[in-house]
Amino acid sequence: MNQETMDGAQALVKGLENEGVEYIWGLSGGAAIPIFDALVTTKTKIKLILVRHEQGAAHMADGYARATGRPGVVLVTSGPGATNTVTGIMTANMDSIPIVVLTGQTVTPMLGKDAFQEADVFGLTMPIVKHSYLIKNTADIPRIIREAFYIATSGRPGPVLIDIPKDISQGLFSGNLHAEMDLPGYSLKNGFDHSRILEIAGALSRSRKPILLVGHGALVANASDTVRLLAERLSAPVTTTLLGKGAFPESHPLSLGMLGMHGTAYANKAMVECDLVMSIGSRYDDRIIGQPHRFCKDAVRIHIDIDESEIGKMIKCHHWCVGDARLIVQELVKHVGPLNTSAWLKYLDGYKRKFPLKYKKSGGLKMQHVLEELYKMTNGGAIISTDVGQHQMWAAQFYKTDHPGNWLSSGGAGTMGFGLPAAIGAQFGRPQELVVAVLGDGGFQMTMSELSTACVHKLPIKVIILNNHYLGMVRQWQELFYEERESGVDLEGNPDFAKLANAYPGAKGFTLKRPADIRKILRRALDYNEGPAVVNAECVKTDNVYPMIPAGKALEDMLVEKPTTRLEKPTGST
Amino acid sequence: MENLLSGDTHTLSVYVSNKPGVLARIAQVFARRAYNIDSLVVSSSVDGKFSRMTITAKGNPEGLEQIIKQMNKLIDVVHCVDHTGEKAVAQELALVKIAAGLKHRGEALQVAEHFKCKTVDLTDHSMILMVTGSTEKIDALVRMVNKYEIIELVRTGKVVMARGKEVN
Repeated sequence: MNQETMDGAQALVKGLENEGVEYIWGLSGGAAIPIFDALVTTKTKIKLILVRHEQGAAHMADGYARATGRPGVVLVTSGPGATNTVTGIMTANMDSIPIVVLTGQTVTPMLGKDAFQEADVFGLTMPIVKHSYLIKNTADIPRIIREAFYIATSGRPGPVLIDIPKDISQGLFSGNLHAEMDLPGYSLKNGFDHSRILEIAGALSRSRKPILLVGHGALVANASDTVRLLAERLSAPVTTTLLGKGAFPESHPLSLGMLGMHGTAYANKAMVECDLVMSIGSRYDDRIIGQPHRFCKDAVRIHIDIDESEIGKMIKCHHWCVGDARLIVQELVKHVGPLNTSAWLKYLDGYKRKFPLKYKKSGGLKMQHVLEELYKMTNGGAIISTDVGQHQMWAAQFYKTDHPGNWLSSGGAGTMGFGLPAAIGAQFGRPQELVVAVLGDGGFQMTMSELSTACVHKLPIKVIILNNHYLGMVRQWQELFYEERESGVDLEGNPDFAKLANAYPGAKGFTLKRPADIRKILRRALDYNEGPAVVNAECVKTDNVYPMIPAGKALEDMLVEKPTTRLEKPTGST
Repeated sequence: MENLLSGDTHTLSVYVSNKPGVLARIAQVFARRAYNIDSLVVSSSVDGKFSRMTITAKGNPEGLEQIIKQMNKLIDVVHCVDHTGEKAVAQELALVKIAAGLKHRGEALQVAEHFKCKTVDLTDHSMILMVTGSTEKIDALVRMVNKYEIIELVRTGKVVMARGKEVN
C-alpha cells in the first residue's frame, strides 16, 4: 500500500497489524464504514468477526484477552454502537482486562452539534477506561494506536477507547507510520523496593499460621509458578479469589479453594484464625473481606500489588510492596525458608473434613451435580466461562481450576450476559481447547444472539444452561433476608433452549432433566463438535448457595447451611 | 457516614498534559468520592505541552491520599503532590467591589491601604479593591470591608510553588 494515498482508516489498520492483532470483534455502522472498508482494501490478515450486538463484541474481546493474555480488539460505530459496548468496557475495567475499543464518530465539524448517531463517547466512557482518545488529526493515528496497546497491556491492564471521527478515518493520512509514543505521565515501575521484601520475609518467618491470598494480579503477572514455589517453600496454605482461580492449582494439597462471600468454609475460617495474611495481586475487595475493620484484625496483613492506589484502599496493611507480582515473589522466595506450619495445616485439614462443599444428589437435578460431573468428565481441563449468580458460584466451587487462563468470569462488575460471548472469544484465541460456557437462564438470554456468531464460525463451544427459571441469586437473597418475598425474579416464559439451539444452523440442543442422565447428555454434548452444543439443564428451582457471608458481615458470620432464624437485611454493598 | 467535608484544607499541585479532557478526568476523581473542590487554578506551564493545576480541597488525610494516588494513576497526570505543611509559597488574588460612596471613601481607602490593596476602579458609589496574599489575609480583608456592602467578590483561588530550587 502506498503511503501517499493512504487514508486514516488504512493507517489505523497498519497500526493494528503492527501490534500483532489477529481478530477484531465488531459491528458496522455509518461512522465506522471507512474503517470496515480499510479491512478490505489493505488486504490485511486481521480477521473481522461480525457479532450480533456490540456488547457481545466487547465481551468476546475480553474473553479472548483473559484466555490468551493478549489484548482483544473491538470495532463499532458511533452513538448506539458505541454505547452498547459500555457494559463490556466497564466489565473489562473492573477486572483489569486489556481491550482496545475503536469507535466510529461523526465528522469533527459536527462534534457537539447532535449529529445523527452522535454521542460523546469519550465523555461517557471516561470513568470506566484506563485511558481514552478522541483523534483530531490523521497524523496522530499511529502514535495513538501504539500508546493504546501499550497502556492497555502494561502495568495494571485495562480497557482503552479510541474515538475516530469519520473525516479522520476517511481523510488522507499525513504523518509517520512509525511515530513514537509520547506518554510523559505514564511511567511504569520496573523494580520494587528491596527493603520491603526483607520486611515481608521477616514477618513471614515469625508466622505459624500464615495464609497466602492469591488474586488475578498473580495471573496477569504470569506469577503462578512462582507463587507455587513460594507456597511450597513456606508450606503455607493458599486461597484464591474468584478471579485468581488458576493462579494456584486448586487440586494442590495446600489449596483451600476460593474464599469470600461464597467461598469454602475452610478458606474463610482460615482467614479468621490466621496470624498472617499475604495478598499477592488481589485488591482485598468487599466480596472477600466482609467488614474491613474486622478482617484479619489480629493478623499481620501484607499486600503485594502493582497498583499503588490499592495499598491501604480497603484495609490497612502492616507491610506492602508495590510492583510486578512475579518479580517480587521471585525475590521473596530467596529470603524465606520453611515455616513450622504442620500444626496449622493439620488444623485446616480438620476444617476441610468437617465443612466440605456438599449438596444432596437426591430431590431433582442439582446444578452442583452437573458441575461436579462436568469437572470429572473433562478432567478439570476445560476453559470455563460463566455468567453471574448462583451457577457462577457453584461453578467456582465445584469446577476446580488448576491452570492460568482457564477461568473466565466477570468478578468486579458481575455482568450477566458475559459468559457466552466470553466463551466465543476464548475459543477463537485457543481453537484447539475445550471451552465450556456455564450459564444461567437469565444471563444466557441477555446475549444469546451471539449463538449466531458461534454458528457462523462453527465454534465447538459447549453451552450449559443451568436453568432454574429464576434469577436465582436474587431469589436466594429474597428468601433469606426479605422474608421470602419474591419480586421480579421469576423468569416465566423461558423458551425451550434446546429447541432454540436447534433453530440455529450448526448448533445442537440437548435437554437434561434427570440426575441419572447427566453423564450421558454431557457426553453427547462434549462429543458434538460441528458447532455450539447447547445443554438445557432443568435444575431444581429453589436451591441456595452455601457457604454464604451476608454482604457487610464479617467472615466470622459465615453461614454454612440454611439458617433456622430470620436474618436481617444485609448492610453491605449488593 | 463520615463527614467528607471536614478535615484540613489541602493544596494540591497537579502537573498534567495540556490536552482536552484532562480537567474532566481530574474532576471525576473528586466527584466520585464526594469531595468538593474549593478552588481550582489551571494555567499553561513554562513548557506549553503541560499545564499546572492548583486545587484546594478539604478532607480527611486518608481520603485525600487516595485521591492523590488515583490522580497519579491518570495517564495524563505527570505528577500530583500535596503541598500542605510544606515549604511553599501560596498566594491568592481577589477583586472586591464595595459600595463605599463619598461618605465612606476615606475610611475604606484606609483599610485598603492597611491590606496593601490597589484601587483598580473608583466611582462616586463604589470602588474595586485588588488584593494579593495568603488566603487568611484575604479573608481578613473581606471581613473588614463587609460593613460596606460587598457588591461582588472574585477570588482566583490559591496558586502555589515550592520554595528554593525545587520544582514540583
